[in-house]
Amino acid sequence: MIWRLTVENLTLARGERQLFEGLGFSLGRGEAASLTGANGAGKTSLLRAVAGLLRPEAGRIHFQDRAGAEIEADLARAQGLHLLGHHDGLKSTRTAGEELRFWTRWLGGDAQSLAKAVDTLKLDPLLPLEVRKLSAGQRRRLALARLIAAPRPLWLLDEPMAPLDLERRALFGALMQAHLDSGGMILAAVHDVLPIPVRDLKVGLA
Amino acid sequence: MTGAALVVLLRRELALAWGRGGGPLFACAFYVGLATLLPLAEGPTPQKLAAIATGAAFAALALSSLLSLERLFERDYDDGALDLLTLGPLPLEAVTAVKCLAQWLANGVPLALAAPIVSIALGAEPRLWLISLVASLCGGLGFTFVGGIGAALVLGARRGGLLIAVVVLPLFAPPVIFGAGAVEAFAAGLEWKPALAFLLAYALAAAGLAPIAMAAACRNALS
Repeated sequence: MIWRLTVENLTLARGERQLFEGLGFSLGRGEAASLTGANGAGKTSLLRAVAGLLRPEAGRIHFQDRAGAEIEADLARAQGLHLLGHHDGLKSTRTAGEELRFWTRWLGGDAQSLAKAVDTLKLDPLLPLEVRKLSAGQRRRLALARLIAAPRPLWLLDEPMAPLDLERRALFGALMQAHLDSGGMILAAVHDVLPIPVRDLKVGLA
Repeated sequence: MTGAALVVLLRRELALAWGRGGGPLFACAFYVGLATLLPLAEGPTPQKLAAIATGAAFAALALSSLLSLERLFERDYDDGALDLLTLGPLPLEAVTAVKCLAQWLANGVPLALAAPIVSIALGAEPRLWLISLVASLCGGLGFTFVGGIGAALVLGARRGGLLIAVVVLPLFAPPVIFGAGAVEAFAAGLEWKPALAFLLAYALAAAGLAPIAMAAACRNALS
């Protein structure tokens, strides 16, 4: 179980272009940070680096457990973090229910947490529908349901609010708050303001 | 946990592979179509056709196996599912192996079932059906796993399908040689077991080693 994420002196590059250098921060239980910066500043890349998908040019990303001891990064990622990006990984030809059940099992949730996610995000009427028939907002709700269906401490969110309507934004704000209250951590790339207390983290070259 | 995850993933991959690129019917139709062209090109003389039937059927099988490989990783790569698959309980090596296994079950096995029919239709002796089926099953397993390396390598490239064919066709040479060789040796009453053993060894080595290469290629494409 991840109790703290620490990023030290991180430098990321895409191809030849350096995105930022020397970024450092730490995120503990119940803390949230919002990543801000211009388009192309490296917010998404930072999230992907934390998720282990992008290798840093320099610096270190590590995860600590309750006692402050380091957890092996692969293990921490496989059990402790959610990545919600622009691409939601949902197959358009399968039904919402099939996809949600698969990802719940794959990410370590069970029937009980799945039912809770369906209930919280009011997905019941959507489950028999093919994913391609869903609107952008409904699709995002289905993707968000994974966060509840498979409880994991660290949420990496990339523009999570964008396609949601006002009512769902409020609902998701409450979900994020509940996650923080139960000891979770949130690292989110956003353009608009998150409805939870966050620390602002500027990304990009000075 | 790990076993359950394997089953869950295999079921998803089977469902997806069944629908991928038109599914197994499409690949089988392509296979039969390819085999039908041969008499038209070669002339319908039965003796002439019968002499090349088993070899031609195997070469057509290799080409048909290529068909749906393009989409093996591409869809998961494009829609972000591959990102999430790296965050699950199984290492990426196991994920790629399961994907290839599902691809073989949904595509390779139906093709192998069609193989004896195709080679007999081309004029091979009916008693060859069993050896032809076994050789096609083993060969198909090798085609799928080796082809998977190509599919993973071309992730993110344009016109990936064509590139896969160029990358993996040379690697298809050994199973074609040993597969067609085993059937022909059996037909001629010669020792056929060594060729089949080589074919099986190739397929198993591919199944064992290709996932390492596929996972490395996928990680490279994701970063």
